[in-house]
Amino acid sequence: MRILIVGATSAIAHETAKRFAKDGAEFFLVARSPEKLEDTGNDLKVRGAKRIETFLLDVTDLDRHQEMIETAISTLDGLDMVLISHGTLGDQQKCQVSVSETLKEFTTNCTSVISLLTILAGYFEQQKRGCITVVSSVAGDRGRQSNYVYGAAKGALSVFLQGLRNRLSKSGVAVVTVKPGLIDTPMTASVKKGLLAASAQGVGEGIYRAMKNRKEVVYLPWFWRPIMLIVRSIPEPVFKRLSL
Amino acid sequence: MSFLSKTNQPRSWGRYPKVTPAEVQSVFWRSELPNIADFEQPVLPYAYGRSYGDSCLNEGGVSLDVSHLRRFISFDEDEGLLCCEAGVSLAEILELIVPRGWFIPVSPGTRFVYVGGAIANDVHGKNHHKAGTFGCHVTRFELLRSNGERLICSPHENTNLFQATIGGLGLTGVILWAEFRLKPIVNPFIDMERIQFSSLDEFLQISAETDQQYEYTMSWVDILIGGQNLCRGIFMCGNNDQSRSLASKKTGRKLPLTVPFDLPSFVLNSLTVKSFNELFYHSQLSKRVHKVVPYEPFFYPLDSIHEWNRLYGKRGFLQYQFVVPFQDGFGAMREIIGRIRRSGEGSFLTVLKTFGTIRSPGMLSFPRPGITLALDFAYGGQKTLQLLDELDKVVRQSGGAVYPAKDARMSAENFQAFFPRWQEFAQYVDPHFSSSFWRRVSHAQKLVMV
Repeated sequence: MRILIVGATSAIAHETAKRFAKDGAEFFLVARSPEKLEDTGNDLKVRGAKRIETFLLDVTDLDRHQEMIETAISTLDGLDMVLISHGTLGDQQKCQVSVSETLKEFTTNCTSVISLLTILAGYFEQQKRGCITVVSSVAGDRGRQSNYVYGAAKGALSVFLQGLRNRLSKSGVAVVTVKPGLIDTPMTASVKKGLLAASAQGVGEGIYRAMKNRKEVVYLPWFWRPIMLIVRSIPEPVFKRLSL
Repeated sequence: MSFLSKTNQPRSWGRYPKVTPAEVQSVFWRSELPNIADFEQPVLPYAYGRSYGDSCLNEGGVSLDVSHLRRFISFDEDEGLLCCEAGVSLAEILELIVPRGWFIPVSPGTRFVYVGGAIANDVHGKNHHKAGTFGCHVTRFELLRSNGERLICSPHENTNLFQATIGGLGLTGVILWAEFRLKPIVNPFIDMERIQFSSLDEFLQISAETDQQYEYTMSWVDILIGGQNLCRGIFMCGNNDQSRSLASKKTGRKLPLTVPFDLPSFVLNSLTVKSFNELFYHSQLSKRVHKVVPYEPFFYPLDSIHEWNRLYGKRGFLQYQFVVPFQDGFGAMREIIGRIRRSGEGSFLTVLKTFGTIRSPGMLSFPRPGITLALDFAYGGQKTLQLLDELDKVVRQSGGAVYPAKDARMSAENFQAFFPRWQEFAQYVDPHFSSSFWRRVSHAQKLVMV
């Protein structure tokens, strides 16, 4: 199993990768920080990864996407799976008063992923097999005042993935949209956790299974599916008055 | 696997005392460490809260959550040398190494402790008489001090800090990663024997006979029964099985049981404790039973019931583990058991063991040659605390010690008598570190006449 992971040092990507490492997978890990990348790679190696290759990349540097993907394909001699899990939880308040902040959030959480997917889709479509998995968010299911910039980026991403899934199904390529709720990770360290915060381990296990079983859309943990069904079904005249 | 994350609000396993830190700060990466000198309050590392009392608590201070530092660093499978970040739990290590023919050198009664904690409490296990403490197998670790220094400590490098940190209760700095030696095994099974005994004498006799032959020994005892014989119990001893291959099928994974809520305080009372003990003692019909079992139930019988500490209800409980030297240990045991019986406080889980002579490098290490007994007492207010104070006195007179990792109440005076090297140790305590335990036991008299 040859896996490309973008955002490899994120807690949920690492938790997912641990499970593939145990199966003896080969990894091409992409992230921004060389220290974190090394820590993550060493861990996966001890856990059983057959091979670890790393690549330093700031995902907002769109010009280097092509190079990174070509390197991944040539180094591992092909790809079976891709997991894209980078993201930032931007500050909604800051975004509201700053166009550049808003666009920055969009670049990290949406545009950069679309760029990667556009290049990868061609490769997988030609190969006629494989699995592309992207971490989106329940926040993309409906815009809420507390985080609609992040939500809109993830929402656009989810729609893009729907279309891509539709296109690639003919080629036998699976496209998995992962929609986690709030997870207890470094990214959300400053967010107050309620009762529903999930552990990164549990979510990692869920993504691992979704990838192996070539699912379509998975909510993690599962209870977010009914919750979001209700959230989506609230009529707009009512919804706009809620403080969500 | 549980989906919901546990908020890491520091609590100790005994859930007594219930105190809160001013702040909980998480550490996620070794490359992004906080500047400890910047914290206004004293700092104490914390991960899974498996220490029973207040040695892992820092009331009004900063609790530094290192449970996210849980990555492996390297594993030399030929030499059996494992290096990992301090927050990795023994459970996670076992999951990795057992299928590859290795085992942890020393294991406490639960696998849900983290490596940093195993060093900071210099934990011991069923093989103390053969292998010493966990600290005896540590080859090196990295320590973060509040002045920003990151020191590699080993038996040859920063030796004093190495010795102070092993058993140093997290007070000498933050252990970031550690390297230690593993023990080779042929398969994950334990070849064990269970032997009934009906007196302390008989226990000591069986212990003397089996110590050479068996790597692992411990006994479950009932001290409320047996009159002059002081106790009765079941002696469990075992060796790593050699008779089958590594690939032997493990028994199917059982679903972990969990205690989902605090039981009302009256559930564990002297009557239920007595019935439990009665059942346990008679669970085997013949005097000696021999069998081969997977390692988990042998080493970690209680790990199969998650959050068993809730059995004690909201009031919490105190664990009391002491060691008394073999010489006049019998007299001290008689005295202690007598006092417990008279007090009417029952102990649900009582474990008896002998410690061997292998010395730990740790300055504040608890195990020393002698007989050790670990008891649980539901917290019943003043009368429980008073009983334990009385027991301290007996332990002190006999030249023994009480285990800090399980303590929540020993006096400064007694601590200083139990650990005569405490002042030497105190020189290595980082000035920005402290714990509820340490503030209690290090204040008061600076010089103690024993």
